[in-house]
Amino acid sequence: MKHSYLTALILIGVILVIGVGSQLLGIRLYDRIATNLLISLVLVIGLQTFMGNSGLLSFAHIGFMGLGAYTSAVLTIPAQMKGMALPDLYGFMKVVEVSPLIAMLAGGVLAAVVAAVVSYPLMRLSDAASVITSFALLVVLYTVMNNWSAFTNGPRTLFGLPKTTDMPIAAIVAGLVVIVALLFKESRTGKLLRASREDEVAAAALGANIPHLRWRAFILAAFIAGIGGALWGHFITSFAPKAFYLKETFLIITMLVIGGANTVTGAVAGTVLITVAYEGLRSTEGALNATSFGAGQVIGLTEIVLALAMIAVMILKPGGLFPNREIGHILTRVRRKKETSA
Amino acid sequence: MAFAIQFVIDVLSLGGAYALMALGLVIIYGILRLVNFAYGELIMVAGYTMFLSSGSGLPWIVMAVLAVGMAVLFGILTDYVAFRPVRAKSVTAVLITSFAFSNLLQNAALLFISPRPRNVPLPDIFSQTVTIGGAITPVRNLITIAASIVLLAAVAFLMRKTTLGIAMRAAATNFTMARMLGVPANLIISSAFALSGFLAGVVGILWIGRIGTVVPGVGLEPLLVAFIATVIGGMRSLPGAVIGGFLLALIDTTLNYTLSQDLLKFRDAFTFSLVILILLWRPQGLIPGPASGQRT
Repeated sequence: MKHSYLTALILIGVILVIGVGSQLLGIRLYDRIATNLLISLVLVIGLQTFMGNSGLLSFAHIGFMGLGAYTSAVLTIPAQMKGMALPDLYGFMKVVEVSPLIAMLAGGVLAAVVAAVVSYPLMRLSDAASVITSFALLVVLYTVMNNWSAFTNGPRTLFGLPKTTDMPIAAIVAGLVVIVALLFKESRTGKLLRASREDEVAAAALGANIPHLRWRAFILAAFIAGIGGALWGHFITSFAPKAFYLKETFLIITMLVIGGANTVTGAVAGTVLITVAYEGLRSTEGALNATSFGAGQVIGLTEIVLALAMIAVMILKPGGLFPNREIGHILTRVRRKKETSA
Repeated sequence: MAFAIQFVIDVLSLGGAYALMALGLVIIYGILRLVNFAYGELIMVAGYTMFLSSGSGLPWIVMAVLAVGMAVLFGILTDYVAFRPVRAKSVTAVLITSFAFSNLLQNAALLFISPRPRNVPLPDIFSQTVTIGGAITPVRNLITIAASIVLLAAVAFLMRKTTLGIAMRAAATNFTMARMLGVPANLIISSAFALSGFLAGVVGILWIGRIGTVVPGVGLEPLLVAFIATVIGGMRSLPGAVIGGFLLALIDTTLNYTLSQDLLKFRDAFTFSLVILILLWRPQGLIPGPASGQRT
C-alpha cells in the first residue's frame, strides 16, 4: 500500500512539472499543448480504470466523453446565445444556465448513468464479444449525437461554450483522477476485478461477481470520461460530433496501450509520450504542407506512424512500457534490493 | 403483393451481403478466437483496386477479379502484419494490432489516394431495374442474391467436403488437438485469411456497387454489420453467422419500412438495442458453436 502513495506523489509531480514547465517557458503554444495533454490524461486514466483492471478492451470511452461534453455545453451556453447555438432546444432547457463546475459534474454523472443503463447486459460478455459490443456502442452514441439535433445541433459544429478550462484547472482534475484511479485499483472492487482479469474461472470460484465488478468499473470510467469531455468542451469551446469518434478512440487507446494498460503509471507515461510524438508529427505534417512539394495535402501521416508504433510495441513489449508495476512499486523494489545487497 | 415481393427481395439481397460479411469475420474468429478489425479495410482495398484499374481499359470482369485478388492478398498480409507476430500473446494485443493495421490502411488511402469519394467503374447492369410481380427492383439486388447463394453454397461445400475445409473446422473446434493430428497450423490460418479476404472482396464489389463510390472509411459499415451479425448468430458458428446476417437484414429492412423519417436517422441505435436484448436472452448468440472454449 505504501508504494501507492509514492506512485500518487510521483505522478502528481509529473503533472506539476508539465503544468509549471509549460508556464515557465511562457509560449502560448506550449500552454495549449500542456492543457491538451492534461485533458487527454484524464481520458486515458478513465479508460485505464476499466480496461486496466478488467482486462477488457473498450471502444465506447470516447462516446461517453462526447456525452459529457454535450451535457456541459447544453447547461452552460449563455441563455441569450442558445437561440443561435441550439435553435431546436426544448423550451424548458433554454433558460437553464449553471456554473461550468456543476455542469462538468453533471456531464460526468449523465455519462455514468447512461453507462450504467446500457452496459449492464454487456458486462456478461468476455473477450471478443465484449469488444465488439463496445465498438457498436461507440457507433450508437455517435449516431445519437449526430442526429439528436435538439441537444447537439446535429452534425454541425456546436459553439458558444464559455471558455473556463485553463491549464491549472486541467491539472487539478488530472491530479484528482490519478488519485481516484489508484484508490480504485487498490479497492476491494479493483482487486477482485484484477483477479478476474488474470483468471476468470478462479476469481468466480472465489465468489467474485464478475459482471457486477466490471459494471462498477465501467461506470467509473464513463464518469471520468464525461468529466474529461466537459473539460475538453470548455477548453475548445466549439466542436462537432465527429470529434468523438474513431480517430480520437484510436489516439487514446494508443496512449494507454503503449504506456501499459494495467498501470496508472503506464497511462500517464503513454499520454505524455504520444502527445509529444503527436505534436511533433503534426508540425512535421504542417511543415510538409507549407512547403507544398508534390501535389495535394499530406494527411494521415501522423496516424500511419502511430499505427506502426503501436504494432511495434505490441510485438516487442505487449504489456506496454509499464506492464505490471506502478512506478512507486518499482522504486521501492529497487531500494529494497540495494539495502539487501549492501 | 408487390410490396411483399419488394420486401422479400430487399431482405434477401441485404441479408446475403450481410451474411457474406459475417462469414468472412467468423472464419477467422472460429479458428483463432481473434477478431480482425482490419476486415472492413479489405472491402476498401477491393474498392480502390477497382478505382485504380478503371483507367486501364480492362474489361470490367477482369477488374473485379483483380479487386478480389487484392482483397485476398491483403487478407493474408493482415495475418503476417497484425496476427502472426502477436498471436501467442494476449487477446487484447491482437485486437489492438488489427485495429492499428486498419487505421494504417485507412490513412494510407487518405495519404496516397484522396480523402474524397472516388468513382468506381460499374457495368450498366448494376444501375438497371427490372419489374418482378409488380415490384420494381434494381438488378444489383438480384445479382447480390445470386452471388450470395452461390458463395454460401461454395463455402458450405468447401467446409464439409474438402480436406482443407475439414481441417479448418477441426482447427476451429480444437486447435491444439488438430495440430497434434498433423494439421499444419500456419497453412490453415493463412487459408482462413485468404478465404476471408475472398469473401470481403466479393462483398466489397457488391457493396460498393450499391454506393458507386469508395472512400477511406467505406469499410466501417460492413465491419459493424459483420460484428453485430456474428454476435447475434454466435461468434463461433458458421451457420450462426449466416443466420445472424439475414436476421440483421430483416431487422434493418423492417425498420426502414416502419420508422418515420425522423426516427430513421437513429436506425443504428435501434438495431443495436435489439442486439442487446438478444444478448440478454442468449449471451452466446443464437447458435453457440463447438463447446471447447479455450483459446489456443
